[in-house]
Amino acid sequence: MPDTNFSAMRQSIIDGAPDTASSLAQQAVTSGVAPLDAINNGFVPGMQEVGEQFAKGQMFLPDMMASAEAMRAAMAVLDPELKKLGAERPLSGIVVLGTTKGDIHEIGKTLVGTLLTAHGFRVHDLGVDVPGEKFAATARELNADIVGVSALLTTTMRNQKGVVEALEKAGLRSQVKVMVGGAPVTRRWAEEIGADGYAKDAMSAVDLARELMQRKLQAVP
Amino acid sequence: MRPKFELLDKPLIERILDEAFELIEDPGVRVAPYVVDLLRAAGVTVKDNVAHIPEPLARRLLDLAPRGFCLYDRSGRPAVRYGGDDVHFDPGSSCLNILDPATQQPRPALAADLVRMVQVAEMLPQFAAQSTAMVCNDVPPEIGDWYRLLLVLWYSEKPVVTGAFSAASLHTLLELVAIESGGPEALRQQPRAVFDVCPSPPLNWSEFASQNLVDLARSGVPAEIVSMPLAGATAPVTLAGSVVQHAAECISGITIHQLARPGAPIVWGGAPAIFDMRTGKTPMGAIETAMLDVACAQVGKYLGLPTHAYLVAGDGRVIDAQVEMESGMSAVLGALAGINMISGAGMLDFLACHSIEKLVIDAEAIASAQRLIEGIEPRTESLAVDMFAQTGLHGDFLKLKETRALFRKEQHFPSALIDRGFSPRDGSTPDILERARQRVEELVAAYERHALPAEREHEMIVFAQREGRKAGLEGLPGIRAPEHAGDRA
Repeated sequence: MPDTNFSAMRQSIIDGAPDTASSLAQQAVTSGVAPLDAINNGFVPGMQEVGEQFAKGQMFLPDMMASAEAMRAAMAVLDPELKKLGAERPLSGIVVLGTTKGDIHEIGKTLVGTLLTAHGFRVHDLGVDVPGEKFAATARELNADIVGVSALLTTTMRNQKGVVEALEKAGLRSQVKVMVGGAPVTRRWAEEIGADGYAKDAMSAVDLARELMQRKLQAVP
Repeated sequence: MRPKFELLDKPLIERILDEAFELIEDPGVRVAPYVVDLLRAAGVTVKDNVAHIPEPLARRLLDLAPRGFCLYDRSGRPAVRYGGDDVHFDPGSSCLNILDPATQQPRPALAADLVRMVQVAEMLPQFAAQSTAMVCNDVPPEIGDWYRLLLVLWYSEKPVVTGAFSAASLHTLLELVAIESGGPEALRQQPRAVFDVCPSPPLNWSEFASQNLVDLARSGVPAEIVSMPLAGATAPVTLAGSVVQHAAECISGITIHQLARPGAPIVWGGAPAIFDMRTGKTPMGAIETAMLDVACAQVGKYLGLPTHAYLVAGDGRVIDAQVEMESGMSAVLGALAGINMISGAGMLDFLACHSIEKLVIDAEAIASAQRLIEGIEPRTESLAVDMFAQTGLHGDFLKLKETRALFRKEQHFPSALIDRGFSPRDGSTPDILERARQRVEELVAAYERHALPAEREHEMIVFAQREGRKAGLEGLPGIRAPEHAGDRA
């Protein structure tokens, strides 16, 4: 397969074109390109480029959502092919996401989930108004690496602390990193409640999740 | 002529309303089980907690909502008139953080901070009403909503813009304000407070919000819908589309409210904002946010309803040129739009932080906006000719009796916070932040608390101690011991 198709794959992600991404993935499978090569040399570099452009303020959230959708379309073709080969895309980590108890504002959390998925994380989205115990139970069930807790309101932000406490109570705190975000959340608040990190926006949440995974892996003896 | 700012022409308002009525029928509005029977009894189809409200019913109920009402101060004077083009301002509400007056760094707000803000707002005529501006981090979170109302009622005689944090606690807040007013009937007759109720965008009246609407209607205490479409995220990206959603949320809310008690007072209000496509933040200082507020209010006015908006807030993290530019511009636009209650002064950092210093600076912008909407009046029989007849071409207008008689009406005199060259130009003039600090100090020093009748104070304290104890609260932060009527009893 000529190298130019990797460029086209990359471009399909940058353009946020799910149909093109899907058909390029299909073509790759048909012409015998290893699915992991298509992912790592074609589609993932596109997502990286999008992240960089976003950081520079040259791409915007709707562009990013479209790119994540294109990534999803490509992976919908390539994941089953990987499975046939008995392989899996290397997983960046397992993340359980949700908004705090009492908070039903999900836009930020959903955005984070979309971007984490596009960057190779397996995301389990618990939705909105999630009690701390539910975060802990799901983290245990899925053997999650990270729990991400979002809150839009100053009043519901306090419940992020309850999630940290629920993980402690469940005896999971040493295995599960906690990241928090949402409009009223600050780094200071994250420190105060004993969370492992705070992200100011969805793209920073991806960087933070990667950093937390590194810290987690380094901590393993 | 009263100057006026409008963004929508009549055909566009009609289109907005047509689409809003269409939306509340299909796809409909998510509602809580609490209001399903009420809606069904009125002939509304409710399936899977989604109400499909027919336009004729909604229109009929909109007609029942009062065109205006008053909020009363403690002495029983109508101090805020909702309806028509009356314009009032109140500070932003329910903030968890404050810019520390000394360090200008954000920190959790405490009861003492709220007390100070209430005292400052009490002294500023620019604020016709108080708000329950901050959540006090030194009281247990579960009593955070009524506790801030207690402090406002304790230290202020002005009407209050407030709201509950849950369905159940509304009754605690209502009980408290009723004690202060001399009973539920007195409160109903002369409401001292208006309660914000927020639908969740898009088109969702949650359990908490549905219940607050109904319970407020039944109590006769005014409700204020605070609909907050976020254009591009939880609402259509177009400003016009978001105004449609705002209208649909308000109309459906008023429908529920008026079904619970026809004629109960309610406000067409909101805190819409655009969604910044770079950061995912919701900038309150963006011009498009102000445009949404103005347009949403215009639709409410078209229906003849009282209006509210969230303006005079900036997005920077410190008091700087950006924050005050944003706050001043939106104060002017809100006033020109004739919005009855404009909340938000004092707030910055996307409503995440409050500042008493900013509140006093905002008060100057508000005073200018208030002067602006007084417009230009022909105050003399001839506008200029008679004055020229007296002074000829000498130009001695300073000596004319008209000058002395009218300059106070024509010119607004800002406080010393605004640099009009009063201080020497020798570099010793303190900067705006320092001048704001001085202004706050002056206002706090001049503030005097007016006690309530002893038996009401006693009842409030007993109430607060009882409810506080349930949450493990020791003492009453923000209320000094000698003032405890309860302690005297």
